[in-house]
Amino acid sequence: MRLTLVGVSHHRAPIELRERVALDSGRAKDLAAELGREAVVLSTCNRTELYLARDDEAEELAVGTLTALAGDRAADLASVLYRLGDDAAALHLFRVAAGLDSLVPGEGEILGQVRSAFEAGSTGPFLDRLFRQALHTGRRVRVETAIAESPASVPAAGAALAQQVFENLDGKSVLLLGAGKMSELTARNLVSRGVHIAAVANRTLDHARELAEAFGARALGLDELTGELETADVVVASTNSRETIVSKADVAAALRARKGRPLLLVDLAVPRDLDPAINELDGCFLYDVDDLEAVVAETMSGRRSEAARAEQLVAAEADRFRDWQASLDVVPTIASLRALVEEIRDSELARAGSRLSENERRNVESVTSQILAKLLHLPTIRMKEAAAAADGVVYADVVKHLFGLEEGERRA
Amino acid sequence: MSELLVVPALLAYGEAAFAYAGELRGPGLAGRLATWGVRLGWVAQTALLVGQATSAAGFPWGTWAGSLNLFVWLVVGAYLIWGCKPRYRLLGLAVMPVAAVLLALAWAGGGTGLESGADSGFVLAIHVGLMLAGFASLTLAAGMAALYVWQERRLKRHERRVLRVRVPPLDALDRLAARSILAGLVLLALGIGAGASRFERGDLDAAMIVTSAILALYVALLVLRHEGWRGRRAALLNLAGFGLVAIVLPLTHFAS
Repeated sequence: MRLTLVGVSHHRAPIELRERVALDSGRAKDLAAELGREAVVLSTCNRTELYLARDDEAEELAVGTLTALAGDRAADLASVLYRLGDDAAALHLFRVAAGLDSLVPGEGEILGQVRSAFEAGSTGPFLDRLFRQALHTGRRVRVETAIAESPASVPAAGAALAQQVFENLDGKSVLLLGAGKMSELTARNLVSRGVHIAAVANRTLDHARELAEAFGARALGLDELTGELETADVVVASTNSRETIVSKADVAAALRARKGRPLLLVDLAVPRDLDPAINELDGCFLYDVDDLEAVVAETMSGRRSEAARAEQLVAAEADRFRDWQASLDVVPTIASLRALVEEIRDSELARAGSRLSENERRNVESVTSQILAKLLHLPTIRMKEAAAAADGVVYADVVKHLFGLEEGERRA
Repeated sequence: MSELLVVPALLAYGEAAFAYAGELRGPGLAGRLATWGVRLGWVAQTALLVGQATSAAGFPWGTWAGSLNLFVWLVVGAYLIWGCKPRYRLLGLAVMPVAAVLLALAWAGGGTGLESGADSGFVLAIHVGLMLAGFASLTLAAGMAALYVWQERRLKRHERRVLRVRVPPLDALDRLAARSILAGLVLLALGIGAGASRFERGDLDAAMIVTSAILALYVALLVLRHEGWRGRRAALLNLAGFGLVAIVLPLTHFAS
C-alpha cells in the first residue's frame, strides 16, 4: 500500500487559486467518497490536500481531481501543486496537524480541521492509522511544547495579559472605550475567554449602542466613566480622540472604591487614550500598543524556538509511522507462513484422525495449536522489527525461501 | 540504614531546585524533571521520617535540627498540593532551594538520624507538630508573596518575556497566600492551645511572646487585606512577617 498526497497551500498558491479548490465539509466528504477507499480530503482556508492510500494511479487521480476543481485556472494550479509520497507525505501531515505548516506556527484550529477531515474521509486501516497518529502528534506537540501558548496578535496579547492578572476570566467585567474595529477584536478575544463586556463608551453614542448591542452591554458617553472604572476589571481603549480620555487622577479616585482589586488597562489607540502615569498606581497594569507589539514579537520568536522542539517530536512520530508502514511489507510473508503451518497441521491431523478418539483429537488440536503459536511468535516479532530496518526485505525473502512460500512452491 | 534516606531526599530536592530555574526559560522538560524531583524527594523524606518515628522512644524531632527536618517535610508536602500543576510550577523556584538548604542544615545538625528522642510526651509532640505545620504554611504563603512581587514587577515593567514564563495569575497568588496564612494561623492557634494545656505560671518566655507577636501580625495582615490592602502591599507585609518568623523565631526557640 502506497501513500500519496497531492495538494496546494498558502506557501505557494495565492488566495485566488486556493479558493477555487477549497471545499466545505460536505463537499469534502462527498469527494472523499467519490475517490473511494482509502481517501481523505483536508480543506481549510490555507490548504486543500488529498490523501490517498492505494497501489495504483493514485497521483494521477488526485491531480486530475484538483485540476477539475480549479476549472479555468488549471494551468496555474499545475505550477503550485505539491506531490508527496509515503514517508514524506506522512511527515507533512504530522507537521500540518502539529500546526508547523501553518501561517502562525502552532495555531490550534488546524488540529480540529484534521480531525474533521479524518472523520469525513473514506478511510481503511492505512489512513485510519495515519490520521490517528497525526492527531496524536498534534496533541503531543501542544502538550509537550509551549508552541500554542503565546498570542499571535495584539488583541490576543491583551487577552493573554488579562489571564496573567486574573485567575479566572469568567464573569470578569470589561469596559470598552471606543467602538472601533480594534475594540471589537479585543473584546471578541476576551469574550472567547469568558469575560463579560459590561459597557461600551464612545463619543458618538449611536456607535457605542451598535457595538454594545452585539455584546449585550450598556452604551455610555465618554463623560460617564467614573462609576465604570470602579467596577471594571479590564479597560480596553481605542478611540480616535486626540486627547487623553482617562487620567491618573480618574483611576486613582476609582481605586479607593475597588478595595485593592487589580485593574488591567489596554490602550490600543494612537494617540493614547489613557494617561501613561496610570501604570504607576498600585494594582493597575497599563499596556499600550507598543508594549503589546513587543510582547507579540517576543512570543512569536518563542513560538519559533518551540517549533524547533516540535519538529523533533514530529520527526520521531514520522519514524514510528515509517516502521509501522515497513512492517506491512512483511505481513504477507507472515500470513503465508502461518497459513503454511496451519495447512500442515490440518493435513497431519486429518491423516491421524481415524486413529484418534474425539477427546484425543481435541487434545492434540489444542496442543499443536499452542506449539505452533509459540514457535511462530518470535519469528513474527523479529520479522516486523527487521522490516523497519534497511535489510527487512532480505529477512522476508529468506523466510520465503526457507519455507518454500514463493508462488508455485507451496506444497503440503 | 534508613537514616541514609536523607541523601536521596536531598539530591532530589536539589535537583528540583536547579530544574525549576530551567523552567524560567519556558515550560518543558525542566519543569517535569523538577516536579518528579519534588515527588521522589518527598517520598524519600517521608520514609525517613517514618523510620525515625518507629525507631524513636519519644518525639524524634524535638531538637532544632529534627524540627527543621519535619518542617521541610511539611513545607514540601504543602507545596505538592498545588506545585505540580504546570501553572504553579514556578512556585517551586521560591520553595525548593529553601527546602534543600534547610534539609542539608537539618542533616548537618543531626536531625535526620535514628537515635531515640527524648520522651517528651504526647501533648508536646502535638504542640510541636502543629506549630511546625503552621510555620510551614506561612513559609508557603511567603513563597507565593515572593512570586507575586516578582511577577507584578514584570507586568509593571512591561517585560517582553512576560508571557513566555508560566506564572500563576496575580490574584490567584494573592488569594492562595491569604488562604495559606489563614491555615497557618489556625494551626498555630491549635498548637498554642495544645502547649497552653501544660502552661504554668512563670513559664512565659521570649519564644511565646515572639510567637504571639507573629500571630498578631498575620491576623492584622488578614484584616488589612479584607479592608483593601491586597496585591503588592499585602505581599510585602507577608514577606516582612516571614522575615520575622525566619530570623527571630529560631533565635528565641533554639538559641539556648
